[in-house]
Amino acid sequence: MKYFSVIWSSLKRKKTRSILTILSILVAFILYGYLSAIRLGFDAGVEVSGVDRLVMQHKVSLIQFLPESYEARIEQVQGVDSAVHGTWFGGIYQKPMNFFSQFPVKVEEYLDMYPEYVISDEHKKAWLETRNGAIAGRTIAERFGWKVGDRIPIQATIWTRKDGNPTWEFNLVGIYDGVDKSTDTTQFFFRYDYFQEARSFGSGNVGWYWIRVDNPDNAAEIAKEVDQLFANSPAETKTQPEAAFMQGFAKQIGDIGFIMTAILGAVFFTILLVAGNSMAQAVRERIQEIAVLKALGFTHTAVLAMVLAESLLLACLGGFAGLAIAWTMITTMGDPTNGSLPVFFLPVKDVVIGVLLAVLTGLAAGILPAIRAQKLQIADGLRR
Amino acid sequence: MADANGNLVEVTGVDKVFHRGSEDIHVLGGLCLKIPEGEFLALMGPSGSGKSTLLNLLAGLDRPTEGSVTISGERIDQLSERRLAGWRARHVGLVFQFYNLMPTLNAARNVELPLLLTHLSRTERKKHVEVALSVVGLNHRHGHYPRQLSGGEQQRVGIARAIVTDPTLLLCDEPTGDLDRKSSDEILDLLQALNQDQGKTIIMVTHDNDAAKRASRIVHMNKGKLTTDAAA
Ligand SMILES: Nc1ncnc2c1ncn2[C@@H]1O[C@H](COP(=O)(O)OP(=O)(O)OP(=O)(O)O)[C@@H](O)[C@H]1O
Ligand SMILES: [Mg+2]
Repeated sequence: MKYFSVIWSSLKRKKTRSILTILSILVAFILYGYLSAIRLGFDAGVEVSGVDRLVMQHKVSLIQFLPESYEARIEQVQGVDSAVHGTWFGGIYQKPMNFFSQFPVKVEEYLDMYPEYVISDEHKKAWLETRNGAIAGRTIAERFGWKVGDRIPIQATIWTRKDGNPTWEFNLVGIYDGVDKSTDTTQFFFRYDYFQEARSFGSGNVGWYWIRVDNPDNAAEIAKEVDQLFANSPAETKTQPEAAFMQGFAKQIGDIGFIMTAILGAVFFTILLVAGNSMAQAVRERIQEIAVLKALGFTHTAVLAMVLAESLLLACLGGFAGLAIAWTMITTMGDPTNGSLPVFFLPVKDVVIGVLLAVLTGLAAGILPAIRAQKLQIADGLRR
Repeated sequence: MADANGNLVEVTGVDKVFHRGSEDIHVLGGLCLKIPEGEFLALMGPSGSGKSTLLNLLAGLDRPTEGSVTISGERIDQLSERRLAGWRARHVGLVFQFYNLMPTLNAARNVELPLLLTHLSRTERKKHVEVALSVVGLNHRHGHYPRQLSGGEQQRVGIARAIVTDPTLLLCDEPTGDLDRKSSDEILDLLQALNQDQGKTIIMVTHDNDAAKRASRIVHMNKGKLTTDAAA
């Protein structure tokens, strides 16, 4: 560590250049932080999906319905713990911009299927007692400033009402929290029996089924088995693990992961050039000093290490600061889309990857200049 | 540590050939030189005669093409790169014409640089730096950066850096080449004192007759060979 001040002083030599380089690395890492959080938002369903849950949909597409009656038959299959259906409601709250997902569900069965949604007994009781009752996730409730007891009007886009009223009015009886921050708390659930009774068409039809199996190891077999059950029926099915289902769902929006990786690739390529150029210049203008260090008795390897350390310091200063800023901004300011993403946080995993990226950037940017410094012959360096 | 005849440095049959493209440049040819311990030697000669080249060989900064360089009984031309670096750190103090201080380090930290290669603790290093700076009379400027010092002062810092490890040999390549008369004299006084009071063996390349007169012996070089060898 006694060499630290020597290395540090090298960075101070061309202050402006060092600061600009550090800033560009810093900005790149803030971007990295945000893109990681956004990607997580899109992948959230995939990452948090239960390994013991399957999703069964219509074989042709998700927008084709399945009969409500399948539930009992699925539950008879050996190894199936329970099955519960869901349906896409797709309504609009005030304006289309305010997107969030809404599902009619069977209260107890659904909450049992999704233990990651945490709701107080009191709220649950109120929901069971209120026919047009609904619950909302904490994020979405905060986004729109909803409180328990509020009336939430939602415009139908698919599911028109028997009574011709274009608006479904729900009574907010509860707010659920996530068991941890990776849980989606941007959803809105209301009672299936109310939905079933009031909808103008499609009675007895649902969108899909969630199926929980006793043992995740048998999930693939059971998926095959339930699909077999409905083969050659008017509504054939396709059953897959929840993670795969969510992935397919996310892919409909576009391959977010690929887009993010492509952007980040371009950004890191650029900062690698910036930092690499900065280090190359730093070594070029210090040839004589490096020769002097060697003349004083510093070995070739020591000089190599010092240049690499300088490059690492540059990259880590910018990188760690960028990650810290991104983390702080993401944590305190929250989702820039104001709640359109189901979850929004910077996961520890991506912070660790960010740290590694900063180190790698430092090493990659410094390696060629460091080798140049290492190879420098003392007599040549001193003659300049 | 000198050999049986009191010689600290023994250069025998040294050739130095540089290759520039396909061209061979013979800079030193069959050069022999013995320097007893405690001597203050001035090395003179026209530009391009090979003075710096010879000094580099003595400092272990470069290797002879032929012949041997023995210092304190050690064949330094045969040491590995790594061992040679360690040897330089312990045995050689270098003083350059243009001081070659690190512009981003203050005087004290410049002087401390060679001590970073030792096992000394932080406080011990500080003490050594203080001693070296007071020898050159610059203790009060320890926090100043090279650009805040005059040429003569910078060279004194350079000398402090060269002596801070208490080296066997002090090698100076035109240490006054960039200084005015007055500063030169101060530097030469300093070198002379180091030689006479502390018994340092000094080899100094110079173009300046007055400077050379301070030495105990003057050696003249021409075209890579020693021409005269006279006591000053
Ligand atoms: N690394 C090298 N490659 C090629 N030629 C070199 C190299 N080092 C020295 N020379 C040549 O060797 C000769 C002697 O150089 P050297 O620097 O030893 O001279 P000098 O006596 O110190 O001269 P000056 O008084 O100008 O410093 C010169 O012709 C120089 O061009
Ligand atoms: Mg010279």
